[in-house]
Amino acid sequence: MSTMIQMTAAQAINLALREEMRRDPDVFLMGEGSATKHRDLVDAFGPDRVRNTPLAEAIIAGTAVGAAASGLRPVIDLLFAPFMTYAMDALVNSAGKLRYLSGGQFRFPLVAMGMTGTGWCVGAQHNHNIEAMFVHTPGVKVVMPSEPADFKGLLKAAIRDDNPVLFFIDLGLLCQEGEVTEDPDFIIPLGKAAIRRSGDDITLVSYAKTVAVCLQAARQLAERGISAEVVDLRSLKPLDENTVLDSVRKTGRLMVVHEASGLCGIAAELAALVSTKAFPSLRGPVVRLTGPDAPIPSSWALEQAVVPQPERVVNATLELLGAAHSVN
Amino acid sequence: MQQAPKTPPSPLTRLETMLLIRAYEHQLVELQKNGAPGTCTSVGQEACAVGVVAALESRDRIVTNHRSAGHLIARGAEPRRLMAEVLGRVDGYCGGRSGSLHISARELGVVLTSTIVGGELSMAPGVALAQKMGKGEPGGIVAVFFGDGAACEGIFHEALNLAVQWQLPLLFVCENNQWQAFVHRLETMPDNAIANWAKGHGLPVETVDGNDAEAVLEAAAHAIAHIRQGGSPAFLELVTYRQRGHFEPDDQAYVAPAELDYWRARDPIDRQVQRLKAQGLIDDNGLTALERQTQASIATALAFAQTSPWPAPETLTDHVYA
Repeated sequence: MSTMIQMTAAQAINLALREEMRRDPDVFLMGEGSATKHRDLVDAFGPDRVRNTPLAEAIIAGTAVGAAASGLRPVIDLLFAPFMTYAMDALVNSAGKLRYLSGGQFRFPLVAMGMTGTGWCVGAQHNHNIEAMFVHTPGVKVVMPSEPADFKGLLKAAIRDDNPVLFFIDLGLLCQEGEVTEDPDFIIPLGKAAIRRSGDDITLVSYAKTVAVCLQAARQLAERGISAEVVDLRSLKPLDENTVLDSVRKTGRLMVVHEASGLCGIAAELAALVSTKAFPSLRGPVVRLTGPDAPIPSSWALEQAVVPQPERVVNATLELLGAAHSVN
Repeated sequence: MQQAPKTPPSPLTRLETMLLIRAYEHQLVELQKNGAPGTCTSVGQEACAVGVVAALESRDRIVTNHRSAGHLIARGAEPRRLMAEVLGRVDGYCGGRSGSLHISARELGVVLTSTIVGGELSMAPGVALAQKMGKGEPGGIVAVFFGDGAACEGIFHEALNLAVQWQLPLLFVCENNQWQAFVHRLETMPDNAIANWAKGHGLPVETVDGNDAEAVLEAAAHAIAHIRQGGSPAFLELVTYRQRGHFEPDDQAYVAPAELDYWRARDPIDRQVQRLKAQGLIDDNGLTALERQTQASIATALAFAQTSPWPAPETLTDHVYA
């Protein structure tokens, strides 16, 4: 068995890059400060494969698309997720569509990384959970990990995938530590959710740092004798429908919790999924706890009001169970 | 990868190719009148395509845009497979999924095509970077075709800056056809802007009469030699004219008749015919025979395309993911 070591999510990203660049000479990294941030990778692999770029997201992403279609496997760092809106043509119109429109002549094995999420008071132009926009985009995959081991395992899987993968980094997790395997063959397949805690009364589904919120809520609920199952989606596309459905068939209740706004979001999709495929199992309405249809403010007080807090999860669960009891 | 056909060796072959491009596009115009999907034709710009493509080698790659029929045919694309693509049939280069707007033909080295104005400019540096990092055939370069409209996009400058800064083997080919969809370019940019902007990025820039196939070939060959020698990019502005509307159908009511007359008098095919006649390389009989032969090949292509099967509905989601 290979060694587990403590590291931050940021270090796990670096390790994943190092391992994949060593494994495959076609993998290269470019972005706004990529060479500056990853000096060790420049030393290991040379400046051709670790490139600083101009602050110009459209050409970074477009260049990745052209390179990917030509046999390379670029990883691009676009810094903050909202900056990806500058790169939308390359990611959506080119990477997402040109394989299809060309009748399968090309593939676009590229990874685009961007940070987002509350906790840093950076305001809406640096913090905007736009992951669902890309779930709605044909031809691309979307992941958003919750812990250091997954940062490594999912990034490696994303780099090895032959499709464009959007890799969203919840900013608040970057400095958090966790156990990560040093095994270079360890990957977490795209499209596989994880059950972080087993339970029987309700399924709490989440991803990224909101998973910790759900786990905290589950612990508080346990003190009241309520057993919550916590599912970490890890990949938003492909979505692990079966893990969610199996859990809901067991618990009969679903609450989806995420920072991103609710309209046409992941929670809405899961509500539709469960009502379509597990309706007879449902013992109450699907509950969504999401961010509002509003830009994220900088003020700590307001930013925290955006975040689904454990107390909200607990209260919503109690309400749901109460309603269910009264129906029974 | 299949070899692209040999470079057309003579001015006469370039005339033949231009006639083929025009006959093909005129056929598409007629098809549209009968309900086939509309297309963005390159009528009037044929010399740009044949001139630049003649200067390229089979190891080189082309990235292009929605007005691409000339580039594709000059590169050796079969009109029957192009027409099948436009009609949405399985024998098209992209199995009917592209239609006319984003046809790519990897087997010919026409590797990526975007109909988003500027999209071709965003991808081309990456194709050139892969070439530079050892992915293409040794010594190959990339040519990207775009218009004066794309030169008004921010990505124009981003692509030029990156290509210069990273010393990419990339030939920028701006077909300045005077019209940006339904707006004349002088409403949107100063005259001479394209070349001046490009020069500001510090790479070799040449502005050429884009309706003169031989002048285009000469300038392209010169620029490509520079790129192969030094591995750094070059820029061609080909001054030409979009003789038809932005998209079929388009009655061009917004274009002054005198302007159309001016440019039709400078038609690239007529120009090549005059040159060849002056050199004694063709006469009226020879030209008529050539035109008949071209018409016959387009008629055959059309028959092929119209009898090519429709894609099966159950293939709808094929090729979304690799």
